[in-house]
Amino acid sequence: MTYNILIAGVGGQGTLLASKLMGVVFMNKGYDLKVSEVHGMSQRGGSVVTYVRFGDKVASTVIEKGEADMVLSFELLESARWLPYLKKDGVLISNTQKINPMPVIAGQAQYPEDIAEKLRATGVRLHTVDALSLAEKAGSAKSVNVVLLGVAAKYLGMEREAWENAIRSTVPPKTVEINLAAFNAGYTL
Amino acid sequence: MKELMLGNQAVARGLYESGVRVVSSYPGTPSTEITEYISKYPDVYSEWAPNEKVACEVAFGAALGGARSFCGMKHVGLNVAADPVYTASYIGVNAGMVIGVADDPGMHSSQNEQDSRHHAIASKVPMLEPCDSAECKEYAMLAYEISEKYDTPVMLRLSTRISHSRSPVETGERVAAPEKPYVKNVGKNVMMPAMAKARHVFVEQRTAQLREYAETSGINRIIKGGKIGIIAAGTTFNYAYEALGDKASYLKLGMVNPLPVELIKQFAAGVERLIVCEELDDIIETHCLKHGIKCEGKALFSFCGEYSQSIIRKAVLDEENEYRTFPEQFPARPPVLCPGCPHRGLFYALKGLDVYVSGDIGCYTLAAQKPLDSLDSCLCMGGSVSGLHGFNTARGAEQAKRSVAVIGDSTFIHSGITGIIDIAYNKGLSTVIVLDNSITGMTGHQNNPANGFTIHGDPTVAVDLEALARAVGFSSVRVTDPYDVETTRKVIAEELQKEEPSLVIARRPCALLKTAVRKKPLVIKENCVGCRSCLKVGCPAISVENKRAVIDKNQCIGCGICAFACRVGAIGEDE
Repeated sequence: MTYNILIAGVGGQGTLLASKLMGVVFMNKGYDLKVSEVHGMSQRGGSVVTYVRFGDKVASTVIEKGEADMVLSFELLESARWLPYLKKDGVLISNTQKINPMPVIAGQAQYPEDIAEKLRATGVRLHTVDALSLAEKAGSAKSVNVVLLGVAAKYLGMEREAWENAIRSTVPPKTVEINLAAFNAGYTL
Repeated sequence: MKELMLGNQAVARGLYESGVRVVSSYPGTPSTEITEYISKYPDVYSEWAPNEKVACEVAFGAALGGARSFCGMKHVGLNVAADPVYTASYIGVNAGMVIGVADDPGMHSSQNEQDSRHHAIASKVPMLEPCDSAECKEYAMLAYEISEKYDTPVMLRLSTRISHSRSPVETGERVAAPEKPYVKNVGKNVMMPAMAKARHVFVEQRTAQLREYAETSGINRIIKGGKIGIIAAGTTFNYAYEALGDKASYLKLGMVNPLPVELIKQFAAGVERLIVCEELDDIIETHCLKHGIKCEGKALFSFCGEYSQSIIRKAVLDEENEYRTFPEQFPARPPVLCPGCPHRGLFYALKGLDVYVSGDIGCYTLAAQKPLDSLDSCLCMGGSVSGLHGFNTARGAEQAKRSVAVIGDSTFIHSGITGIIDIAYNKGLSTVIVLDNSITGMTGHQNNPANGFTIHGDPTVAVDLEALARAVGFSSVRVTDPYDVETTRKVIAEELQKEEPSLVIARRPCALLKTAVRKKPLVIKENCVGCRSCLKVGCPAISVENKRAVIDKNQCIGCGICAFACRVGAIGEDE
């Protein structure tokens, strides 16, 4: 069996670090895995998505509609965008942060209202998190990604040390403490 | 040791372990990280070249000189390098030479979706295609063996999903590839008609030998399963295997040029239905049909975009997943110029001039989108400059007063220089604007010949853009700061009126660079009237809520372009 995690966000939010940390943990646990990233143009403030797949033997690098066991979304509108990728019984973890896309800024479109309520009305298993506040409390607004990773880690069932070790071995030494605090904020929620 | 590696990182590891000594590349998504990773190995010479043609020639020369060499590029970069590639195929190699080329099906970060296998076929160069990071390393190493055994450059074809996915790789030690002696051999190494005629005969013989290798070496292998037969390579093999599992048998191709014939016939004989799964063009399918092998291919699948397990499952088994959808329409989120991007100032300056803008390849291509809406055309690397000359020639001298070309510093070095030579030499009047942000931006911040630093970040000579322009015949060269929108607009307006060609350099480092000046976030003052003028600069850090502008302090770096756009002076520093 393969477990599929789709990480969605806005370019610049640090989805790549979250997927990289997941990759380190799953590989250390002895799983086969594929982590598919987006580089280049799409990173410039656009909608970005990373696929993390682990299991006994993983072939495809991508996750398609109806295939994700977990969607970890860094932004509310992105949760709506990537909802179709979730399995019917999958879990959607969504940051409550809102970032206006350019069509909204330019006045060509409206940011939808009450996204969380509308998501819940579809019957999806939804877990909302105010990751930005938690990240600020942990010491840096930039650690939203690791707060959300902490929330996801709780669902993934691997022991806490595995995640903390991955953080220590992956992030720059200067930011280890802030990232551990951010992880803790999400994990103990 | 087992490591989780990006496909591009694994290619770099394979090159390293093969004893590669010289690497020259031009950055291009999704190929860039191969060379970035290689640059971290101190015992390999690596460099950024001005363009892919130069990179390929450096790699060719290094291989001739006895060192295993590599050049990496994106699919469209191979067009630029095609000239040396096609004749390097005739000459062959001394030490091994590998050309890494990364296609971008789905165009995540490209201007077209061309299939680089055509170049391998046309240049008669063997091409390998790995399906995961482990194979990226394995095939990079195998490529050198093939290169030296068959006396040919070898192409390693990657794609976005292979280059930019991570999977486990077993690493080994670097082998010291023997330094091959250089022996002068005019008949082999100087391609003029008499010699090339003989070498072409050699190339055809070599292709026959390589086809034999494709038949028997095991690089193309059959995986037995159900009665549906799938022929696939690279990422498409992964999708097919994910979709069909043991319902199908597979001919997994590791070498996509030249293709085997007998092996495909043997595979076809063992299945009830033969399906070719290949993203982009119908190269394997056409090969099968040419050899009388009945198969399905593009009748089931598109020529456009990426494939996936769902697409294959639907096409072959007519099965689809169930999923939920959000109950209403919602806005797209296209990529945008970053907050504080100096390009924004330049394009906002151009907006006030109502000019035709001949665009080019880089972050600034994003200015084509609303609200900046500032480009009229974008063709290829360097195409803005020569394209503008053509446009102005077609429409007369007055047009030259109402049109500009915009091109980034790295793109200008890549292939904009020949364009300004064309303008000056042929008495054109065009105004060319170099957006000099001191870095190759879109591909993730690579140094380039104009910014004064090598691939390793060591100081080196920088191309003097002003002197270069004067040297080719542009007597009017101006430098402006794009954050100063008013002056920038004035300078361009003046240059447009001149009866001679002009080069304007809009110079300000990329806002994401450590050296960029970051000021305190700006604030909206009491006198904001909610007129939305500030939104016309298209900055992600500014929006309007409850009929008043709002600046996101987490994103704003105080560039002040919105303050210039504000009609009532309501944007300024926090006092």
